[in-house]
Amino acid sequence: MSHQSDLIATDIEGYLAEHEDKDLLRFLTCGSVDDGKSTLIGRLLHDSHMIYEDQLEAVKADSTTQGSTGGELDLSLLMDGLKAEREQGITIDVAYRYFSTKRRKFIIADTPGHVQYTRNMVTGASTAQLAVVMVDARHGVLPQTKRHSTIAHLLGIKHVVVAINKMDLVDWSQQAFDQIRKEYEQFTAELGATFDAYFLPMSALTGDNVVNPSENMPWFDGVPLMEHLETVDVASDRDYDRLRLPVQLVSRPDLDFRGFQGTIASGVLRPGDRVTVLPSGVSSTIERIVTFDGDQDLAGPGDAVTVTLTDEIDVSRGDVFVHDPKSMQRAHKVDAMLVWMAETPLRTGASYLLQSTGGLSNAHVPTIRYQLDMDTLDRVEPEKLELNSIARVAVEVDREFLFDPYERNRTTGSFILVDRLTNATVAAGMVVGKSSAWDQEAIETLQRAVSLVTPTERATRFAQQPATILLTGLTGAGKSTIAKALERRLFDSGRVTVRLDGQNVRQGVSRDLGFTAPDRSENVRRVAEVGRLLNDQGIIAIAAMLAPDAEDRERARDVVGSHRFIEVHVDTPMEVCRERDPGGLYSALENGAVIDLPGVSSTYDRPTDPDLVTTDWDRTADEAAEEIVDLMRERGMLRGGTPAPADDPDGGEVNTGRPD
Amino acid sequence: MSEATTEDVGIDELRRTHLKQLEAEAIHIMREVVAQFERPVMLYSIGKDSSVMLHLARKAFHPGRLPFPLLHVNTTWKFREMIEFRDRIAEELELELHEKINPRVVEEGINPFDHGSQGYTTIAKTDALKQALTEGRYDAAFGGARRDEEKSRAKERVFSFRDSKHRWDPKNQRPELWSLYNGRVNKGESIRVFPLSNWTELDIWQYIYLEDIEIVPLYYSAERPVVERDGTLIMVDDDRFRLEEGEEPELRSVRFRTLGCYPLTGAVESTADTLPRIIQEMLLATNSEREGRVIDYDAQGSMEDKKREGYF
Ligand SMILES: Nc1nc2c(ncn2[C@@H]2O[C@H](COP(=O)(O)OP(=O)(O)O)[C@@H](O)[C@H]2O)c(=O)[nH]1
Repeated sequence: MSHQSDLIATDIEGYLAEHEDKDLLRFLTCGSVDDGKSTLIGRLLHDSHMIYEDQLEAVKADSTTQGSTGGELDLSLLMDGLKAEREQGITIDVAYRYFSTKRRKFIIADTPGHVQYTRNMVTGASTAQLAVVMVDARHGVLPQTKRHSTIAHLLGIKHVVVAINKMDLVDWSQQAFDQIRKEYEQFTAELGATFDAYFLPMSALTGDNVVNPSENMPWFDGVPLMEHLETVDVASDRDYDRLRLPVQLVSRPDLDFRGFQGTIASGVLRPGDRVTVLPSGVSSTIERIVTFDGDQDLAGPGDAVTVTLTDEIDVSRGDVFVHDPKSMQRAHKVDAMLVWMAETPLRTGASYLLQSTGGLSNAHVPTIRYQLDMDTLDRVEPEKLELNSIARVAVEVDREFLFDPYERNRTTGSFILVDRLTNATVAAGMVVGKSSAWDQEAIETLQRAVSLVTPTERATRFAQQPATILLTGLTGAGKSTIAKALERRLFDSGRVTVRLDGQNVRQGVSRDLGFTAPDRSENVRRVAEVGRLLNDQGIIAIAAMLAPDAEDRERARDVVGSHRFIEVHVDTPMEVCRERDPGGLYSALENGAVIDLPGVSSTYDRPTDPDLVTTDWDRTADEAAEEIVDLMRERGMLRGGTPAPADDPDGGEVNTGRPD
Repeated sequence: MSEATTEDVGIDELRRTHLKQLEAEAIHIMREVVAQFERPVMLYSIGKDSSVMLHLARKAFHPGRLPFPLLHVNTTWKFREMIEFRDRIAEELELELHEKINPRVVEEGINPFDHGSQGYTTIAKTDALKQALTEGRYDAAFGGARRDEEKSRAKERVFSFRDSKHRWDPKNQRPELWSLYNGRVNKGESIRVFPLSNWTELDIWQYIYLEDIEIVPLYYSAERPVVERDGTLIMVDDDRFRLEEGEEPELRSVRFRTLGCYPLTGAVESTADTLPRIIQEMLLATNSEREGRVIDYDAQGSMEDKKREGYF
């Protein structure tokens, strides 16, 4: 295997030292049949000298009998595996290939681009950090290109190389390249994917821009594929902040030792760290990180470790060690993207085994929310979920499911479904989040009535861009007071607003809701939806409500649209809120009443990234309102306008004191 | 809470080399097997890949002992040095080692000279392995095979499903996603597990070098008695070897790139007597590793046929 380096012959120990420090990149190649994928991989291996002469001889022999290059060396023949496939001239499974350079070892998941592509590509993509998407320069961005990119996006791949191949057949034309690049960028914008994309004009056949820079394309100033693969930064893809250590095994070799073994999915761990084991919620301290090579004082993502604790607590397979117990989610019912991988379609309601880092549980799929049409990428009403289809579904798990959204963690956010009878792996799932009213899809047959008045007309008439301002904070923080001051100011300067006070909403729109977490969540959803309706008609909505759950606020932002949404944290010290105690809730709680009061008897997630933080405690409500107006002005929401005095429309409202 | 973040650690300290990552992956796989199966076993062939696999297993279960036995399928035609090495390692590391010999081999004197490499391998190796797996009621068996060894292995799973007859059906393999390995089997069925799937020959050698793993001396060059047959150097390891007319063993400086049954394993002429020199030769070599195994010569795709029958 002649890795090309003079060091091998002259200084082997030097060479070995040089190669000790390599890191690893797992990537995926995808393309339609005949885009040149096999040729490309063959060339990467060939040009990095990973092909032995006896293998090459075999390919040469095959090139004459089976090749498609008219007897010339057909590198694509290196890539086919099983006999049956070779005879059919197609590849029908994921094949893994290996090569390495001085800087990196590479694992290629080679997936074919036809019929079975979804299952195979999803499998290959699940462990890949980068995808090479092959595009034939003559054909440009095809539906397949879009499908492949959609899957890469779905599976959480962050880096993409758009390899525009067969440039030799379009006269090495920069124009052709630019055109395809533009098309692809447009498409990813539609897809909502934020790939780190590298566009590369290439010829796998001639080798231009594969390993060596192309002399035929002097207009291209990027590096060839190999160099890009060697240098693309994947280390920072890892999450070093949120500790997740799922326990695989409990090790008890003798009475004195009790260790917990597993691979760190994310985060960093040190002896002395205070950790909590989920789902039990019991805390302890890491005593040692034990390895065969001695104790470690630091472990990070990907490390297979054994830890011991300072206390004897119950820990078993499927439990997860975390630093922050609240950072991981749990639910019986989650929404997930599901890729169906079996010949027999999904049976909704039937029981499957769900395997995740949390171990095995019974689960079923009660609802298919929509299916992704892989040709148009539209969401369609599914009849049934068949082999190679992708859908958003609800999954119900019989014991509480511990997870992170897949977007945040590919290890703790993924699962497979296993058929109970055949034991086959029938589906791959990526958790979106807890299922809730937020996920309920509207009935498909409804149509949206489009207004005859345009947004521009409204903006001109009202002298404003619509927005929804959410004032969130503890009971007694001053949300309503600031909301009223804000309303006054905006009204006085001629703006059109609607104030949605939590208290008021609860007396009407949300009269049916209580104060449990799901009910609060639904209340926020309704206000967000109303905010959106108002915004659609040009009006500024001012919502004052507790909204204690960070996820709800995030989802409200999604409903309204992030460009229109302003999250204001009314951050008044707890002592002050207690002191004010508007509805007497704090004192009631102190006196032993059982009330759900966020911030005291239940959680209030402090906003981590609000658009504005203010209060009416060390400044007046008016000053706080002014800060909000300034921010709105800064964002171009308030333009021109004439002050028009008016009275407060709904002055005397009751403050029932219940936190909304 | 003494939560460490990237601010106080720095990504560099958490950077892992490719070998560390491969090691962690193998450890993860092995632990998964022990957690999911009732009766795992490690197929131990005494070769360098087995030595690496054993080393990784010790790491995976440290400070405990291996939670499964080792199984060596002895064709009775292994190099003597292999058996000596095996017994010494098993004793030093206090391993539970089972040896399996197909009774037919002894009873009928099955050997590679009279029965041809194919027929001999089927009886002494494939059948013996199947018998041992059935007798031990093992539901998972670790093997040291790598995907880079042979074309048909490129698509092999880490958890490779075998039916109750130990047969491998390429159409009946499970998709393998993330690091979630589906080890569910019905009674009699089993899984072959390949924790070294993603390692290449170079990775193996480099790891042996870095971790200072002991391997059978046959990998290092020494003067050994050999005869040359059809361009292949075969070592005359004991007096059961049948010399043909005019054949005279001669001492040559040779070593082995793979180890199997001595009459079926070709030696290469070499003076490489240290690991770096072996690696050097390997890197400068122009032929692939399996070439030294007579068994692969038969036909293209023959490994695949062997696999269907139950030999790896
Ligand atoms: N002219 C030209 N032909 C190419 C190039 N890359 C691949 N081909 C040819 O396109 C055909 C299909 O290539 P192959 O690698 O088998 O495609 P796959 O189906 O994507 O693996 C073969 O005949 C290749 O020789 C290229 O860059 N330029």
